[in-house]
Amino acid sequence: MKLTLRVWRQRNADAEGAMSTYEVDGISSDMSFLEMLDTLNEELILNGEDPVAFDHDCREGICGACSLVINGDAHGPERTTTCQLHMRSFKDGDTIDIEPWRASAFPVIKDLVVDRSAFDRIIQAGGYITAPTGAAPEAHATPVPKPDADFAFEHAECIGCGACVAACPNGAAMLFTSAKVSHLNVLPQGAPERETRVLDMVAQMDEEGFGGCTLTGECATACPKGIPLMSITNMNKEWLRATRKAGKR
Amino acid sequence: MARTMWDSSVGKKTVMAVSGLIMLLYLVVHMFGNLKIFFGAGDFNHYAHWLRTIGEPVMHYEWTLWVIRVVLVVAVVAHAVSAYQLSRRDLRARPNKYVHKKPRASYATRTMRWGGIILALFIVWHILDLTTGTLHPGGFQEGRPYQNVVDTFSTWYGNVIYIVAMLAVGLHVRHGFWSAAQTLGVGSRTRDRALKTVANVLALLLTAGFIAVPVGVMTGVVS
Ligand code: HEM
Ligand code: SF4
Ligand code: FES
Repeated sequence: MKLTLRVWRQRNADAEGAMSTYEVDGISSDMSFLEMLDTLNEELILNGEDPVAFDHDCREGICGACSLVINGDAHGPERTTTCQLHMRSFKDGDTIDIEPWRASAFPVIKDLVVDRSAFDRIIQAGGYITAPTGAAPEAHATPVPKPDADFAFEHAECIGCGACVAACPNGAAMLFTSAKVSHLNVLPQGAPERETRVLDMVAQMDEEGFGGCTLTGECATACPKGIPLMSITNMNKEWLRATRKAGKR
Repeated sequence: MARTMWDSSVGKKTVMAVSGLIMLLYLVVHMFGNLKIFFGAGDFNHYAHWLRTIGEPVMHYEWTLWVIRVVLVVAVVAHAVSAYQLSRRDLRARPNKYVHKKPRASYATRTMRWGGIILALFIVWHILDLTTGTLHPGGFQEGRPYQNVVDTFSTWYGNVIYIVAMLAVGLHVRHGFWSAAQTLGVGSRTRDRALKTVANVLALLLTAGFIAVPVGVMTGVVS
């Protein structure tokens, strides 16, 4: 396939960026989207040009490193990560727009790479449990009802990629934060910090300059892991519960 | 606790949901009250008089009405201030638009802010028109709301402003009612269909019920 790519190029965090147009040829429909970009970069390097910087790591849809807004969709047209998106989702002759995640809390570092450390600080604020370390505990020691385990697992699937923020018209991190809160708050292991977790993580989310939720649902549509919008409803419930409890103390 | 509420984006949204629901409850009652206009001047004016005597003899003349007015003003102000502050935060969080644009979200969802502004302006006009009479076309008559309503809807602009605002109410409630359920944490997968249905029914009921009055005047059913 032969494609026209319009890619966001930006030298560094302070530089002005702009869309640059490139032609790539010899793209196989079996290539992943990132392999297609590798092809472009090899050509750029051979021509002595600066290759396009983009984030990636596992390339198997589990680490959350890859990003990219492709034709206006976070992670492109399929419900998967950019690394798991294949060129068969495009046609020969297509023009593809490739942009970085856009949010003030995710500043661009270079080209398509953004700084997502705001997510790390949200996790540091409460996305953990206080468990004794050492040998793995006996599996029956802490029973977890099956529906709770399923609920926790559904939310534990979040890979922290940030597509929810990129897709949200308000640059909100509600879906990411609610996935973490929902995952840990339903489990007995997460119970000791149930209130502080949600209060501190939401406070950190606000502190980082993410927007608020207007329930447009763009986040859940973009999420490669299918974290449901109801996750946000659940976090709101947990937040109100924790605020009421804190008020009584 | 009040501080935590107001300082957090989630808390401020809660203020918006609660104040929105208070206004919504009032609107439903208001809509039914307005429909009494179809039963004649006597019926309608009697209803307006009753509004001032609710709670008697415990309450003095108009006391209950003033309590309702204060609650509503607090709700409108709290709702508008939190809407403004949250919108500011949202716009700051996403200053750079994507080059590749896509139409997003439903119409009702996208028009919450503009719709809200229309509603805010409408509320001011509506009070100056039919409560204080300041902007009323023709002679405003205290205690004769039937004639006042007929006068307002005998002007073309009265009808236009009112009907546009009522369409805005419908759209606002359609997304707002369901949103408030999520904000207050009472939404769930099993309840989602029901909540959306109630939102649509409320939106339709309010818009149709309110618009019936100017249509009644325009068609001469009410005169
Ligand atoms: C003063 C004029 C008003 C303004 C400026 C305004 C503005 C807004 C805005 C910006 C939102 C948030 C939209 C979103 O989340 O996408 C909202 C939500 C809402 N509004 Fe209004 N609105 C006004 C009047 C009303 C009225 C008259 C009602 C009563 C029916 C109402 C009921 C609601 C409800 C129930 C919500 C949902 C709250 C939530 O999302 O949790 N609003 N409003
Ligand atoms: S909720 Fe989904 S879109 Fe958001 S960070 Fe987690 S996996 Fe990515
Ligand atoms: S590179 Fe790891 S999820 Fe895409």
